[in-house]
Formats: sequence, C-alpha cells, structure tokens
Amino acid sequence: MAKTEKKTGNLTIDNTFTPVTYDPQYILMVNKLKKYFPIKGGMVSQTVGYVRAVDGITFNLKRGTTMGLVGESGCGKTTAGRTILRLSGGKTGGQVLFNGQEVYDLSHKELRALRTKMQIIFQDPFSSLSPRLPVGEIIGEAVREHHLVPKEEFNDYIDQVMDNCGLQPFHKARYPHEFSGGQRQRICIARALALNPEFVVCDEPVSALDVSIQAQIINLLKELQEKYQLTYLFISHDLSVVEHISDTVGVMYLGNLVEYGATEDIFRNPLHPYTKALFSAIPIPDPTVKMDRIVLEGSIPSPANPPSGCKFHTRCANCMERCKVEAPEQKEIEPGHYVVCHLYDK
Amino acid sequence: MRNFLIKRLLLSILIFFFVVFIIYLLMRCMPMSYVETMAQQLSQAPGSKPYEEWLLQLNAQYGLDKGIIPGFFDQLKNLLTGNFGDSWKFTVPVVQKFNEVIWVSFTMGGIAFILELLIAIPLGVIAATKQYSRTDYAVTVFALAGISLPTFFFATLLKLVFSVQLGWFDLVGLIGRDYNHLDAWGQFLDKAHHLVLPIVTLVVISVGSLMRYTRTNMLEVLNSDYIRTARAKGLSEKRVIYHHAFRNTLIPLVTIVGGSLPGLFAGALITETLYAIPGIGWTSYQAMTAGDIPFSMFYLSFLAILTLAGNLLADILYAVVDPRVRIA
Repeated sequence: MAKTEKKTGNLTIDNTFTPVTYDPQYILMVNKLKKYFPIKGGMVSQTVGYVRAVDGITFNLKRGTTMGLVGESGCGKTTAGRTILRLSGGKTGGQVLFNGQEVYDLSHKELRALRTKMQIIFQDPFSSLSPRLPVGEIIGEAVREHHLVPKEEFNDYIDQVMDNCGLQPFHKARYPHEFSGGQRQRICIARALALNPEFVVCDEPVSALDVSIQAQIINLLKELQEKYQLTYLFISHDLSVVEHISDTVGVMYLGNLVEYGATEDIFRNPLHPYTKALFSAIPIPDPTVKMDRIVLEGSIPSPANPPSGCKFHTRCANCMERCKVEAPEQKEIEPGHYVVCHLYDK
Repeated sequence: MRNFLIKRLLLSILIFFFVVFIIYLLMRCMPMSYVETMAQQLSQAPGSKPYEEWLLQLNAQYGLDKGIIPGFFDQLKNLLTGNFGDSWKFTVPVVQKFNEVIWVSFTMGGIAFILELLIAIPLGVIAATKQYSRTDYAVTVFALAGISLPTFFFATLLKLVFSVQLGWFDLVGLIGRDYNHLDAWGQFLDKAHHLVLPIVTLVVISVGSLMRYTRTNMLEVLNSDYIRTARAKGLSEKRVIYHHAFRNTLIPLVTIVGGSLPGLFAGALITETLYAIPGIGWTSYQAMTAGDIPFSMFYLSFLAILTLAGNLLADILYAVVDPRVRIA
C-alpha cells in the first residue's frame, strides 16, 4: 500500500473535502477522489513529485444505471476506475462510498468479501486471463473461494453463467488461448458476473475488439444489465459507444471531471470548451455533412506538472485571465448537469 | 509430439558428432602431452634409449602417430562400440575409474542442488512480493555477494575460518585419518562431515543467480493483467501469489533446472580440487592436465550427452506445464 506522504513545499497534497452523507438512491458516491503516483528520484529514491492521475473527481451513480467516463488517453479514466475499486493501492484523498460504505476503510478480509459486489472487466481480454487455467476454473474459482453456491449446484451454476454470456458448457475445459478476442471478452464478462455483482467497472471493454464484435459485446452488457439490474461505470474513449450505452456521462481532462450530466444533455448541449472540442471530433457517417471541428492547440500537459488554475486553460479557446490563476468549482447549470468552468459563473 | 521427438533426437545426434570431434581436436592440440612426459621420464633412466626413440615408440603404442582426422574416427568407433579403453594416467579401465569417482560428485552436487532450490526459489518469491522492501534489499545483497565471490576465494575463506581457526572441519579430503577403523555409520558420518564445507561453497556461489532469476520472473508475472484480475476476484493474497503467480513463474524455472541437471554429473572442478574431494571434477582435472585422452574423451562426451538429454527433457517438461505448447 502506498503511503500518502504529506510533505511541505511542492509536495503538499491538498486533501480538503466536505464529507458527503450516504444517499440510498446512489450505489456509488465518489467525492473529491484523488490518486497520485509518487515519482521517485535522487540518490535514496525519495519522492520528488507526483503524477496527479486522478485529481479530485466527484460524482454519484444511481442504482441500475450506466455512467460513461470519457476522455483522451492518459487523462486518468482507467486509474479512476481502478481507484474506485481499490485495485491500485491506496487512495491519495477523498471518499469512495459503495452502498454507503467507505471502500478504503475496510480490512483486507472485508474488502475481499466486498469484491463479489463490485467487479471489473478489463480492457485487454488477451492479457487479463491467466494462460495456465482452464476457462471453467477462471470463471468458477472465485465462486468457489467465496462459497457463493452450494457444491452440488456449482457446475450447473457455472454452465448457467456461461450460457448467459453466450459460451458453451464444453468451453470450460479449454484454455484462454483457444478462443477469439470476442469470446475471450465474453469469458471476462462471465468471470465478473459469476460473482453476482451489483456494480461493474467496464474498463474499455470493447476497445481491443473489432467493430462487429464490439456491437455484440455492448448488446450483451445491456442485456445482462436489464436481467440483473447491474450498475455500470463504462470507461471508454469511443463517444458513439458511450452515447449508446450510458445514462449519464462524465468527461475527464487531466485527472479532473470537467463536465458531468445526463447523456442527452451532454450530447445535445455540451458546455465545457473541452467537451465541445471532444464531441466535435465524433465522425458523422455522411460525406455530405461538413464537419465543424474544433481543433485543440498543443498537446495534453503532463499530469506530473499540471497548469495552474483551470488545467485546461493552456488549450482553451475561451481562456480568460482568471482561468490561469483560479481553479473553477463544479457548478450545476441545469438539473443534474454539472460543469467545471469559469464561463458559467453568474 | 512423436515427430517432434524424432526430429529433436536426430538433431541431438548430429550435434553430438561435432561435439566429440571438437573435444578430440582440442585434446590433440593441448600443450600437455602424456606421451612426451612419459618419453622424457623413460629416457632419463640409466642406459635407456634416447628421448626421440621413446617418443616414436610410445606414439605408435598410444595411437598418436596418426593424423587428427583418422585418429578421431578411431576414437569415435571406440566410443560407439562401447570400447572406452584404459585411462593412461590412472592405468585402469576408464569406466572403472569413472564409476569410482562419479558418485561422490553426484551426491555432493545433488545435495547442493536441492539446497539451492530450497533456498533460492522461496527467497526469490519473497523478494518479488515485497519488492523494494528491506527484505528485498537484504536478499539481493546476499545473492549478489554469492554471485560475485570467486569460488577459490570463498572456499579459502571458509577453510581459514572453519578449519584453521575454529577447527571444526578437516582442511582437505573426503575421509578422515581413522576412517578405516570406523563402523559403517561412522564412515558415513565422517564423509558427510567432510562434505559440509564443499556443499556450503557450492550453494552460496550458485544460489544467487537462481534467486535473482526467480525474482525477475515472479515480478514480471505479478505485474501482469491476469494477476490484477485475480485480485479483483477477491482471492486471498496467498492464493493470488501461489496459485496464480507462482505457477506461471515455474515455466522458465523448469528450463533452468532442466539445464542444470547434467551439471550434477559434471562435478565441481574448482571446488573439488580445492577441497581435494576425489570426485569426477578433480579426477578429470588431473586427467586433462596429464593429457589423458581416453579418460577426457569419455568424460567430456558423457557431459555432451547429458547436456543434450537435459535440453530434450526440458522441452518435454515445458509441454507438460504449459498448455499452450501441448497443442502446437
């Protein structure tokens, strides 16, 4: 577990937040969550700085809905997903309430038990399955270890889970390398769902697959969601996929959630300049439509040394003096539609 | 699988042929000649023939008057028909001498090897799971010290401390001076007592590289995606490390272990020579420095066969532990 070192000078970690109280309609409440990775350097490898992968994100996720998390690569989407599930060591600051329970307050034993309730589907179905275990064991191992079903029903249960995900019972004895990419992702989904979770983080589950398979997997995820009332956090850089599957969307830039709201609101009326630029890049499958792209200047700054004030000011078309010094706060513009930008200060 | 075995076997035979040729070539080119040494000794006896005449006579007698190529085919024929001849230096049949000395080396090497595995693999796993901790650094320092110490220096150091200053062990030899007066159990204990320092030397020298190797492989596996999957399943840390990670670390380890099995018969030349243990390492060292072609040929060809067999075995074991190889 990485210790959160609190030092003076440029290594100070600002960890001030107002604790939220649990609201039962939300399965997941994330409040000012931060995850910094220390940069080691010097003779005795002391911490010389931090990569601010997730720098204070706040959102709530309703039961049975899907939240899309989008942003360009390196903006901290994956780290956010893993940090919420406590899969990448300790957090740096903030709160993660899962069913009202702070995930980082649990002992290792309690956390292991909670893992059955919150699962993750990884991006790469090729490297995330152990090459030395048959598929039946990959899917069933955790079910057995957590004693989720009685012994005599175990085999039927696994068959049932595999059937739900479009896999055949005879696939159980095979090894992951004997499957295609789409089938492997089905195995990953079956593995996650075998534990009967309430909440699943889908970490770019389709970006390693080709387009025809992507649709199958997305539809499978939607079917399963209806069947088992699952809640998804769907991390992706593919905006069309996110629009299709999500109820709400969060847009991340350099470790911050810059805009967050219902999918319809966000796609119809993007507010943040970054969201506008991002959404203008969605290709329209009609050659006669002239695309009105907003092209961002420069490249994404380093998360180890982010710009002062609003992190987006270096590339923003609407940059004001104030943006360079003062970081904006999250504001609700229309019901359930939040944005972090000075343009919308009244 | 059958085709694979046949192919590998034929390839091994071809390699063996060339290896034997190189060994014979080297033995003939060595500056040490048994015949020359012997001719010199004989010619110094009073009233003896001059050196040159002795040399001609002995060369013909020992089959060294032929060129290297015909000589090689003679040797190869002898090897293949199982006629290994007599050792020139030890004046007994090669096989008999070999049989006398090999088991000491094998026992010593075997014990050292088992100890090495028992120490190196757990240490490597611990160092990897606690990467960059104090334990990791301590294990690494110990391993690097072992790797860096030259055998002769470390053995001499051990002898100085434990034999000369503390007097716990004899300085050299496999048996003590009153060995013949002991009963069977006493003789066994006497030998075991004499083997302690050589085995410690062998283990300390060799444990480091295997430990580092285990650590590197284990780290690679621990950072892989499917270990994150295993953690996400909510498995206990023990199960993640031993059931998921360690199994995958075993594959490269099997190669290394398979490759070092022939080493058990090779003897430990430097260690045995330093402790004067009459094993195959010391004996072959004596044979080579004396230019004893039959014994050296036998010993080195034997090693070549062992190495080839070891590699073949490792390939087969690979298929056993890795399901991906099984299909191919």
